[in-house]
Amino acid sequence: MERYRGNPRAVENLVKGHAVHRDVYVDREIFDLEMEQLFPNSWVYVGHESQLKDPGDYITSKIGHQPILVSRHKNGTIHVLHNRCPHKGVKIASEPCGNTGKFFRCPYHAWSFKTDGSLLAIPLKKGYEGTGFDTDKASKGLPRVENVQIYRGFIFARLSDTGLSFEEYFGDSLSTIDNMVDRSPMGEVEIIAAPIRYMHSCNWKMLVDNQTDTCHPMVAHESSAGTAVSVWEREKHRFTETPMAVQLYAPFMSPYEFYEGAGIRVWPNGHGHSGVSGSIHQDYDDVEGYLEMMVEAYGETRAREILGDIRHNTLYFPNVMVKGPVGILRNFIPIAVDKTLVESWAFRLVGAPDKIYERALMYNRFINAPTSIVGHDDLEMYERAQEGLLSDANEWINLRRLYEEGEPEDVTEVVNGTSERQMRNTFYAWRKFMVQGMDQKAEVGA
Amino acid sequence: MTPERLIDFVYDEAATLDEMRWEDWLALFHEDGRYWMPLEWQQQDPVLQPSLMYEDQLLLTVRVERLSGERTFSQKPKSRCHHLMQRPRVLSLGQEDGIYRLRTSFIYTETRGDHLERYSGWVSHELVEVEGTLKIMLKRVDLINFDAPFGNLQLFI
Ligand code: FES
Ligand SMILES: [Fe+2]
Repeated sequence: MERYRGNPRAVENLVKGHAVHRDVYVDREIFDLEMEQLFPNSWVYVGHESQLKDPGDYITSKIGHQPILVSRHKNGTIHVLHNRCPHKGVKIASEPCGNTGKFFRCPYHAWSFKTDGSLLAIPLKKGYEGTGFDTDKASKGLPRVENVQIYRGFIFARLSDTGLSFEEYFGDSLSTIDNMVDRSPMGEVEIIAAPIRYMHSCNWKMLVDNQTDTCHPMVAHESSAGTAVSVWEREKHRFTETPMAVQLYAPFMSPYEFYEGAGIRVWPNGHGHSGVSGSIHQDYDDVEGYLEMMVEAYGETRAREILGDIRHNTLYFPNVMVKGPVGILRNFIPIAVDKTLVESWAFRLVGAPDKIYERALMYNRFINAPTSIVGHDDLEMYERAQEGLLSDANEWINLRRLYEEGEPEDVTEVVNGTSERQMRNTFYAWRKFMVQGMDQKAEVGA
Repeated sequence: MTPERLIDFVYDEAATLDEMRWEDWLALFHEDGRYWMPLEWQQQDPVLQPSLMYEDQLLLTVRVERLSGERTFSQKPKSRCHHLMQRPRVLSLGQEDGIYRLRTSFIYTETRGDHLERYSGWVSHELVEVEGTLKIMLKRVDLINFDAPFGNLQLFI
C-alpha cells in the first residue's frame, strides 16, 4: 500500500523540526520518492571540471539513482547527459572516466552521438525512413540535462525543469567552495586520482546528519582518536616533532566546550557548516613556503583571511560534504534505503606545495576509508541506528538539542556549535524538495 | 639466508594475525617498517597517490591497542581473520641491497558476528635481517579489486 506517493501532507508530517519520523531512514517508498522528487528537484554535484581536461573526456555519475554522463565537447563546453542510449537504454559509458574520442558509440547497435549528446549516425538509417522516427525523442540523441552550472570547477545539475536557480539554491554557502579553491595560489583545484570508496549499510542521511554532529567525536571516536592520543603521549619522547598523523587524529578528542564555541552556521535550503570560529583543522603545522606563495598571490591581508577560515564540515544539500581547509569532498550516493556508497575525493591545490596534497590524502585514508579506524567507529553507529530504528517503541528520532519553539526555517544564522540545528535545517529542506511538484504529479497520474 | 627461512617467516607472520597475537605481529616490523595497501594498480607512490593504508609502527600500534579497547564498539562482537596463502615466491635473496623480497598470493577472510567478507590479492614482503632476526621493512597488500567499495575492513590482511 502506498502511503506517501501523491500525498505531500503525509510526507511533510514526517518532519517536526525537533523530531523526524523514522520512515525518512527506513521506509522504501520514501526512498523511492527521494529518487523521484528530492534528487531531481535539487542541485546535485556530478563531478569536477579537472576530470574533463580534453575534448572527448567523460566521467560517469549519478543523480539519485539515474545514470549520468558528463562530457567535454570539442569546443570546450561541458555537457551533462543522461547515460542512456535513446535506442534501447543501454548505458553509453560504463567506466568511471575515460576519453571517447570524437564521438560516443553505443556498443549494442552502434548508434553514435557527438560529445554534446546530439545524434551523429545510425547504421542502416534508411530503415527508419517514413516511419515517423524523426518525431521520436530517440531521434534527438542522448537526452541532455538543461540545468547545469559550473561553479569554480564544481559541476552541478538539476534534473527537474523547474525549481530554484543555482544562485538561489546555494546562496552564501558557496563561500566554502570559494575558500577551498582560494587556498590554491593559482585559485584552482584539481582531481588527479580516484576517490576512496566505502560501502555503508545505512541510509544516506545518516552520513548527512553526522557532518555537523559535534557531540559524537569525543564519544564514538574515543576508540580511535582517543587511542591515538594515549599512544602518542606514551611514545612522544622518541620523536622530535609531532607527526602529521597525530595532528590529524588528536583534535577529534576536543571537549564539548571546544565544539560549543566553534559554532555552526546554517544557510537556507539545507546547507550549513560546523566550525565557524574554530575547528579541528585549525592547528595543523604550517607547510614550508606555502604562506609566502599565498601572500605573493593574494597580498598579506587576503592570504591570512583565506587561511584563517578553517571551517570544519560544510554540508551541501542534499548529499555532498566539503572540507575546505583539508581539500576533501565526500559524496553520499544513495543505493537503497539502507545502502549508501560514499566516495571521498582529495583535491590538489594547483601551485601549492606537495605537502598539502599529502595531508589531504592522509586525512582521507585515516577518516574516510573502509580501512580507517575513525570510519569504523562511525559506520558502526550508522548500522546500529539503521537496525535500532526498526523498534516500534518510538517512531521518532530526537533532534531537540538547543531547539527553540518557532525556530525559523530557510535563514542564515550562527548558533552554538553543539546544536542539532543544522540537522533540523537539512530536514526542513528535505521536506521542501520532497513535496515540490508532488501535487501536480499526483493529478497527472490520476 | 635460505629461501626456506624467508618462506617460513611469511607463513609465521600470517599465523600471528590468524591467532590474534597482535603484539607479536607488531614486533615483526622494523622500527622504520611500513604497512601499505595501495589504491591503484601497480602503484608507485604511497604518499602522493591515494592509498587505503600507509602506516608506520606508531599508527599500527594505535590500531592494535584500539582492537582491545573497552569502548571500541565496532569490535563488539570481535572480528576474526583467516589467511589462506599460496607458497611465497622468493623474488630476491638480497644480494644487491640486503633486502629479501617475497610475493605471495592469498585469500583473506574476515568475519564479525554474522558477516563474512573475502578478499584476494598479493602480499609483497620486503625483509631485512637485524642482529640475526628478520624484520618487515615493507608489507604491501595489493587487492585485486582495490577500486571496489568495501565495508569495514578492521583487521590486517
Ligand atoms: S541500444 Fe544503443 S544502439 Fe541499440
Ligand atoms: Fe565521526
